[in-house]
This record gives sequence, structure tokens and C-alpha cells, in this order.
Amino acid sequence: MKIGERDWALRQAGPHIWRGDLAAAELPVLAEAIRQTGGQLVALWGSDDRQQAAGGYAVHVAFMSAEGLLWVHAPLSAEAPQFPDLSVQFPQAERMQRAAFDLLGIRAEGAVDTRKWLRHSAWAENEFPLRKDFDAHRPAPTVVVDAYPFIRVEGDGVHEIPVGPIHAGTIEPGHFRFSIIGDRILKLEQRLGYTHQGLEKRFEGRDVDTGARLAVRISGDSCSAFSWAYCMAVEQATQSAVPPRAVALRALFLEIERIANHLGDLGYLGNDVALAFGFMQFWRLKEDWLRLSGKLFGHRYLFDCIVPGGVTVDLSETGKIELRVVCDRIEQEVRELKAIYDEHAGLQDRFVNTGICKPALAARLGLTGMAGRASAQAWDARVQFPQAPYDRLDVVMATHRNGDVLARAEVRFAEVFESLRLVRQLMATLPTGELRAVLEPTAASSEGLGWVEGWRGEVIVAVRLAADGTLDRVHPHDPSWQNWPLLEVGVLGNIVPDFPLINKSFNLSYSGQDL
Amino acid sequence: MATHLILQKIFKTGCVSEPMPAPDVSMRTCEQALHADILKVFGQAVAIRHVDAGSCNGCELEIHAINGPHYNIEGAGVKFAASPRHVDVLLVTGPVSRNLETALKRTYEATPNPKWVVAMGDCGCGCGEVGGLFGENYASCGKIADVIPVDVEVPGCPPTPVALLQGILAAVSAGK
Repeated sequence: MKIGERDWALRQAGPHIWRGDLAAAELPVLAEAIRQTGGQLVALWGSDDRQQAAGGYAVHVAFMSAEGLLWVHAPLSAEAPQFPDLSVQFPQAERMQRAAFDLLGIRAEGAVDTRKWLRHSAWAENEFPLRKDFDAHRPAPTVVVDAYPFIRVEGDGVHEIPVGPIHAGTIEPGHFRFSIIGDRILKLEQRLGYTHQGLEKRFEGRDVDTGARLAVRISGDSCSAFSWAYCMAVEQATQSAVPPRAVALRALFLEIERIANHLGDLGYLGNDVALAFGFMQFWRLKEDWLRLSGKLFGHRYLFDCIVPGGVTVDLSETGKIELRVVCDRIEQEVRELKAIYDEHAGLQDRFVNTGICKPALAARLGLTGMAGRASAQAWDARVQFPQAPYDRLDVVMATHRNGDVLARAEVRFAEVFESLRLVRQLMATLPTGELRAVLEPTAASSEGLGWVEGWRGEVIVAVRLAADGTLDRVHPHDPSWQNWPLLEVGVLGNIVPDFPLINKSFNLSYSGQDL
Repeated sequence: MATHLILQKIFKTGCVSEPMPAPDVSMRTCEQALHADILKVFGQAVAIRHVDAGSCNGCELEIHAINGPHYNIEGAGVKFAASPRHVDVLLVTGPVSRNLETALKRTYEATPNPKWVVAMGDCGCGCGEVGGLFGENYASCGKIADVIPVDVEVPGCPPTPVALLQGILAAVSAGK
């Protein structure tokens, strides 16, 4: 494949998914070519290949380009596992590189920030949990309070507000260190990793069905996105086909999940500007929506509905009628509520020009997904690189240029309407047939990658199966990895009381990035 | 004008709140010795502090839901507060990651006596297949009871809002 001046040896691994291997020294060359042609770095992770034919370790990088998703890996020596720093080309690589070091001991050579990221004090500096010889059940070390070198802002009138890890509301845990003058935010630094559960280690050695149960619980609000991406990767690795009805139902679940999350967040955005009415109305609609999912599919959030080879639940003809009726009602009510949000002077005053991520900065730092689209980053895997069944759905992408809280709310509104349309269209064109196929048996080690546009943005899951069909390495990637650093930038110059509002307008995942 | 539209919508929507479910005392993990006078106070109003000790955010979705209009938990006198120093009940989701072990212990210590701890979800209770999958390892202490004393366990992945309400009420109501 030609990217920039050069031809790169990449083979097609799936629809719009390309696979290649190259020397570590070539990585910055490829990254630069992708950057110059308007692409982005999506994910970076490592693997312990000492028991594989290749030996040593490997660094894996997923890029988004005009051709689709490029998954390349570079072998690293067992003695000195190093690769060139990619945060030069793509700043979003920085935290991913630090996490790769914490978990595997592979180092980005020349990186400026080499502080720990996912490691707090649960394991020592010279221990690497994702190495195969690390015993996940070794006796726990004595707990010492984690010391992390925050960057201090000093000067007349500057003071710090430390927030978290346990927050005042019902939110996931993380630490925010604000440096402020008066009420204005001069700097925000995040410290995440608090919910690190050793999730990637938990996948190791499991069968693919158990792996699916874990994938659902990577980030509970994105269970359909993660479980679909995981299953897509397993099916690609085993070269198994999924029945068309199951494929359509997976998309139905993903759109139901998108609607549920957007409804909830639109309510909270109202709540955060003291419009409790908005919260109550949107949460009433969300509850109706969840109850219908519970009734039709057996789970309010559709946990464990997507499994390797297909899905576990079907949609009956009467179920279709019920779903259609509720879709129509919710669409009507959301239109009424949007009219109120549009008209409400107090709400608009708080939303407009708050938490701005300008398009140029969003492009430079790799802002992605729903928040990216609100800052003119027009990427949506369902639109540009549609996997079945999106290739026949003609999804309309929602974008905005202003990159403020209002823009993110507008994109959410547009996506609710579009997803409601997709739900109706998926029901109207639901193919007949089986719900689940048996996976093809594997004889040798194999790998696959799943790529799904979840409600936050692109979710990818890379899977390597051992020869006996068990999971050797699973890496899930949440778009929050790229977007958390943009939140640090987006709040600059804003007042501290607007932080919860700005934060909610992104609503990024902690557990999805902490793993 | 927005006010006109808001009032119109409120009248059209009406009241959707549903009656509170009865407490489910089977969720209690230990016989609670509760003074009648304490109950008299807490029977009227209970403050809760939610602590995410390392969950996948699934349980949190249902905690949000019970604050919505259908369940209307504040209508029953149960209110979520921002500081552990202001509450009677800690509602904890898990499994407890080692990176949050200290924070959870400190939150528990900061909560004044008498206090109750409700562990929420299969991971937090260490039950079922999911509880097993998310058991103790290098990064996780396992269930909530491994780290702080637990009074009531509400299983489920995630527990439904009704089960959660029953568990919270079981923690603070008299054994009937």
C-alpha cells in the first residue's frame, strides 16, 4: 500500500483492516507518512513474544488512514526492548507508551515524559505484569501510598486544588490536579489508573467464550462496542463467518447503547447547569429505553448478548412493534426537549464557548470519536469504513466546528436521531436465519482485530489465539486514551465550576483506559 | 419561551415515580444490632456516599438510574452526599483495585459511626461467575469485604434498580 512516497507491505486482514510487520526503526517513518496524509494514531500496545517463533517482545501500533485501520507490529529484542518515541508524530502516543512500559517493560526511546502511568504501587518498578513469567497471583506487596511527580505551577497567587480519586458524585475514580489563579484554570493534570484490574492479564489462557464475558465488562457503558469488537477479532482470527441476522442484531445493540448513553448524558448536561428538569426528563426517557431492552433482550444494558459466532438473543415480530413505538415516542420527546435546550438562555450561556477544543488542536492531538466530531474531526468508522451491516445503512455523520460544550451536545442530539433511524432501518431489513455459528477450529496461533464505532468513538480489540484456541494476548483500546489529554487542554482558562460540565460533555471512560 | 415549554412538558409528563419496594432482608450479611432511636432518625432520612472502588462503570449506571424520576430515591428520604463525613451508608462497587485500597479504607474511616456498608454487584460481592472472573490478582483485592466490613450485599451484574433499593433499605430498616 502506498502511503506518502513509499510502498508499505501490508496485507488485508478484514474489511478496511490492514496488517503488516516492520522493523522498529521504520515506525517513525510510517507514522510521519500517515501524519502527512491526514491520518491518526489510534492505539499502541505491546506483547511478550518470547514464547512465539519471533522471540523477544513486540510493539503494536494501530493507525487510522484513508485506507482504513493499519495494524503494524515491530519485533523488539528480549535483552533491550526499545522502539523510537512516536509521540513526536502523534502526541496521543505518550500515555500509551508509558502504559506499555509499566505493563511490559518495553521502552519508547527518546520520550520526554517517562513517568509511570498505570503503575501506582501495586507492583514494583522492575515488575512487568504482562510478561508471561509474571505470576498474577503472587502475594501482594505491602501497600504504600503512591507518589506521583505532578508538574507544579508556581508563582504569585497560584494554588492547587487536588480532586479525587474518590469524587463527589457518582463517577469513576481518578485524580485531577488543578492549578488555578482566582477561579481560572491555569493547568489541569490528570492521574488515572486507579481502576486497573489486571484485565489484560485476566484474558490470558482463557477460552474465547470466557473472554467474551470479560470483554463485556471492560467498560460497562460500552459493553456492546467492546464485546462486538472482541468477537470480531476472534472471528477474524478463526476465519469464522457470522450469520447475517446476528450481524444486524449486533448493530442494533450498538445503536441502542449509543442512544441510552447520549440520553443519559444530555440529562446530566442539563443537571450540571442547574436545569434539573432536563435531568429528570432525559432520565425518564433513558429508563423507558433501558426497561424495553430488559424486556426484549433480557438485560437492561445488553450484557452478554454478543458472543463469539453471533448473538444469544433474538428480536421477535411483536418485539419489533414495541421497539418501533418507543423509538417514535422518544424521537418526538427528544425533539421537544431539544427545543427547550435551544431556547433556554441560562443553559445556552453556560454551554456556548465553554471547554473549547479548536479543530486545529484537535487534529494535532488526535481528538477522536463523538468529541472529535464536535471539533470538526470528521471520522466515523460506520461512515468511512463500514463493517457489515453498516455498509448497507448509509449512516449520516454528525459534525460541528466549535468544539465547545454546546457542539458536543449538538452532536449527541444529532446522533440520537440518526441512531433511532438506524434502529428502525435495521428492524425493517433484519435478515432471517441463525443467531450463532460455531467457530472454525484453529490449528496454529492466529490473530485478529475488531473495530467498532462505539458511542464515545472507535473501540478496537486485538486478539492473539494460541494454537490450542485459548487467548494468548488480548488488548482492548478505548477512545478515552486519546481524548483524556484533550480535556486537560479544553478546560484551560475556564472557571473551576465549569469543570464538571466540560467533563460531562466528554464523559470519558476511566475503566476503559485503566484496564 | 423556554419557561412556557418547560411547564407544558411537566404537566404533560405528570408523575412517573413508582412506590418504593420492600426491603429485602435476605441481602444482609450479618445480624444488625440497631437501636430503635437510631432507626427513628435514619428511618426518616439517610445519606449515602457512593465509592467506585474499581468497577467497570456498569453498577454506576444503575446508581444514576435510582436518582431518576421512576425510582425517585430522594423522595424516600435517601440522598447521595458528596463527603463521607456526611453520610450513614457507603455504597461500594468493586472489585477493589489495589490502586484504590487505601482510598477506600480512608473513606470508611472518615465515615462517622454508626455506619453501614452496602456492597453492590457480583464483583463487589465476589459471587457468581462474574465475581470469580474478577477475583483477587496482582492488581485487585477482590470483593469489598476483603477490604472493609460489609453489612449488605446486593448481587447482580449490575443489580437492577429495584434490587439496589431493596438492599439500601435492608441496610437501614428494622428487621421485620
